[in-house]
Amino acid sequence: MTEAHADTHGSEDATRRDFIFIAVGAVATVGAGAAVWPFIDQMNPAADTRAMSTTEVDLSQIPVGSEIKAVWQGKPVFIRHRTPSEVGQALRDDFAQLKDPQSDEDRIQQKDGKAGKPEWLILQANCTHLGCVPLPSFDPGYRGHYGGWFCPCHGSDYDTSGRIRSGPAPKNLLIAPYTFLTDHSIRIG
Amino acid sequence: MSGPSTYEPKSGFTRWLDKRLPIIRLAHDSFIAYPTPRNLNYWWTFGAMLSLALVIQIVTGVVLAMNYMPQINMAFASVERIRRDVPFGWLLQSMHAVGASMFFLAVYVHMFRGLYYGSYKAPREVLWILGCLIYALMIATAFLGYTLPWGQMSFWGATVITNILGAVPLIGSAIQVWIRGGGAIDEPTLNRFFSLHYLLPFVIAGVVVLHIWALHESGQNNPTGVEAKSKQDTVAFTPYATIKDAVALGLFFILYSVFIFFLPQALGHTDNFIPANPMQTPSEIVPEWYLLPFYAILRAFDFNIGPIDSKTAGVFAMFLSIGVLFVLPWLDTSRVRSMRYRPTARWCFVIFVAVCLGLGWCGGQNPGAVLAKAGPFSATLQYVEGGATQTQSLTVDAPQDFQKTADELQASLIHGGAQMVDISREGARTATVLVARGGVARTRTITADSSDDLEDRITAAKAEIAPRTAFVGITRVTPFLFTVTRLSQLLTFYYFFFFIVILPLLGLSETPNRVPDTIAKPVVAQGAA
Amino acid sequence: MLRRLTIAAFAAAALIGGVAFAANEAKPPKPYHFSFDGPLGSYDMAAVQRGFLVYSQVCANCHSMDHLSYRELGEEGGPFAMYRVRNKQNGEMAARVGLPAGEHGEFVQVTDNPYVRAIAEAVQIPDNDPQTGEATTRAGRITDHFRRPFANEIAARASNGGALPPDLSVIALAREGGVHYVRSILLGYTGQTRGAQYENDYFAGRYISMPPPLPADGLVNYADGTTATREQMATDVANFLQWAADPHMEERKSMGVEVLIFLIVLTALLYVAYKQVWKGEHH
Repeated sequence: MTEAHADTHGSEDATRRDFIFIAVGAVATVGAGAAVWPFIDQMNPAADTRAMSTTEVDLSQIPVGSEIKAVWQGKPVFIRHRTPSEVGQALRDDFAQLKDPQSDEDRIQQKDGKAGKPEWLILQANCTHLGCVPLPSFDPGYRGHYGGWFCPCHGSDYDTSGRIRSGPAPKNLLIAPYTFLTDHSIRIG
Repeated sequence: MSGPSTYEPKSGFTRWLDKRLPIIRLAHDSFIAYPTPRNLNYWWTFGAMLSLALVIQIVTGVVLAMNYMPQINMAFASVERIRRDVPFGWLLQSMHAVGASMFFLAVYVHMFRGLYYGSYKAPREVLWILGCLIYALMIATAFLGYTLPWGQMSFWGATVITNILGAVPLIGSAIQVWIRGGGAIDEPTLNRFFSLHYLLPFVIAGVVVLHIWALHESGQNNPTGVEAKSKQDTVAFTPYATIKDAVALGLFFILYSVFIFFLPQALGHTDNFIPANPMQTPSEIVPEWYLLPFYAILRAFDFNIGPIDSKTAGVFAMFLSIGVLFVLPWLDTSRVRSMRYRPTARWCFVIFVAVCLGLGWCGGQNPGAVLAKAGPFSATLQYVEGGATQTQSLTVDAPQDFQKTADELQASLIHGGAQMVDISREGARTATVLVARGGVARTRTITADSSDDLEDRITAAKAEIAPRTAFVGITRVTPFLFTVTRLSQLLTFYYFFFFIVILPLLGLSETPNRVPDTIAKPVVAQGAA
Repeated sequence: MLRRLTIAAFAAAALIGGVAFAANEAKPPKPYHFSFDGPLGSYDMAAVQRGFLVYSQVCANCHSMDHLSYRELGEEGGPFAMYRVRNKQNGEMAARVGLPAGEHGEFVQVTDNPYVRAIAEAVQIPDNDPQTGEATTRAGRITDHFRRPFANEIAARASNGGALPPDLSVIALAREGGVHYVRSILLGYTGQTRGAQYENDYFAGRYISMPPPLPADGLVNYADGTTATREQMATDVANFLQWAADPHMEERKSMGVEVLIFLIVLTALLYVAYKQVWKGEHH
């Protein structure tokens, strides 16, 4: 290969060289970024996980004053059949000093905004502190003061509407989206 | 080959780090300032391609392993889930499967380059042996990985290969059971194959580090085979070799992408989309294309060699075909490194490459397939039209006397005027003898291009003749057949002949062309690549 | 010289492509140009929709499709994927199933897709009664895998004279000739039988255990009014089976075009940079 003369075009060549290198670098970086994305995205929930499954629950077997835990998307959900006094307490507590203010009415409404039924409270059963499942008021291990739930892990105390009243949890127990299918059955999710 | 380190840490942090862990110095010395021969051609870019291919396989593999389930009831379904439901799962699975083929394509080119330019010769013997070790580990990894999707080919390929281990004398069957974890390929086998498949690439990575270390001790070989003697012979690795590697990588990725996006199943086998069925073997079991040459060598041995049976001979030859590579540095006696200057060796090498490709082709064919024959298949039908047929029986005292007595009887009947004699053995000592006399003896010759076709025509002819005669004598002639197996045998012979006879002898007897003194001297005749 | 040999070697290597099969008197598949053939082919979603109908009414009586779930029909690239498309006349967003070529729409998540939900709910899936725990059936959900016609392999064989109807999820990839082969089989019955088997021009060994699944025209009623001739049904179900085996094909091909263009540009740039780096250096 015949060699070119030692370059006498000095800065012109230097600019051209720089341009080529910058162009290559830029295109390669864009490509590398695009190539990395699938590896990151593949850890996001897959299509089968994303297709939200729904859980249907028959409420007719839950007596007043008791609750069941249903499973929705792999997580527990409290379905509490509240007594009238629990409902009354919840309504009164609307005006108490709340870390995470929210009215009881808002917490019982259905997924599409329609009004719920005051005796039915459907909440995600994970403490908003670090995720343990709190104990209901009628459980032998219950040590709370507000008639709702008590989390044995770090002492978070929830009232009859599932609102945080004392303890380290920052937020109220999260609402699970649900819809009444009939008077006695709901679909969660 | 590299002189004292030229790295100078510029900032406070790099000076601090350099005193404690000179890793940047190592990277600088090995991949930036590293003196590289200036005349390296594109055949030298495949090493970088291989390193990247290994990284791609590991990264895609780790990510696939997040979704793959190594249980026989779930493996196939989990791969389908990856292809359908996992975000970009179809792309990752395709990259991994096609990536294995690209990995082997690059490694074969890399090895052929080493053979041609004498990169295995002193002082690079250990470098070469480490490379052979990497290659052997790659084969093991690929075999283990192919089992994981649990398709028909996965299962039966694993069965055949673990059966091969049974050919090892004395301890063969014990090893077989130990590897499989049972009497057949089953749940324990799949689980352990997955574990080992995950492990081996990291072992390969470790050996690659040693390989690059050994390389940097001796320095790169180059197309002239003459060692670099001065600074004029070399350039800094970065940017000169780096940018050349990058161009080659671009072309590599283009080929890779064509397969991934437009021909994702072209390199695989349709039978592997059928879930594994231990009760039913597919009509033919073939490994992936990169293992076909070894499959051909294995199947070429359809004859016993003295006390060694054909199965053991085939297995032994297959392992020897890789084993011979390990001792290559000591087989080749030539003092000239690069075949660029060894014209006879160069032709032998070209034939060798053709032989390897031919073996690959044979491995994918039906071993009995006929490539050429010395003449047509033929059969001669003899029958007697008209005349009378007698039936008599033959009894001998001892079964071992039967053939002799039958032959004698046939000879005496013919001598006595019979036109055709047919002796059908009924039992160990008895036979029925049909004798035709007094008619017209006829023969008919039938030819055909295949044995199946011949049988069809014989059947048709017999049906036509049957009303006119009592029995028909058929003599079949099979011409000499040049089958795929015969071709494999020839090619296997050359494969070993090249390493064990040609290379040792050529080195001593060949007159090489004049080798240049240094790399830097301009090479006038640039035709030799 | 090596360069010339290299080119010859690569050319020879390129010929070592396919593996030769000993053909068993079966004819090679009938040539037919599907819309998805070729590197830039795409799915004719109307055909895939019709093919799904043929599958569910004819084939699903014997053939499972274990690896597909009903929701896949409604995901992006699926035959019943729903899009909100702006109506050009009145500017309203309307829901369209299967996006016509050239139109853009906002994809609606499969969980809000009523068509797919209806398809799933029309099927009864075996499950345990949530109160008593006993085996019963319930209406399908979009997350269910396609309903299996038989509980297990033994039941399948018992109902089909000992032969197992293969799962159709990836049949397009599991046979040489793919859906060209499948379509040929469906149309290749000669009418002769031998024992419990049926003669078919395209099946290896010529006698197949499957009775002709499309013996006459008009076995299904297409919603879009297409006449359901035997050829039409066979072609449509072939389209569906190809989609079922390779639902991401269109995404794969379009990404392939983008990637290749990018790589060609990048490699060209790299080559220019290479020339620039080596300018003036002995090579």
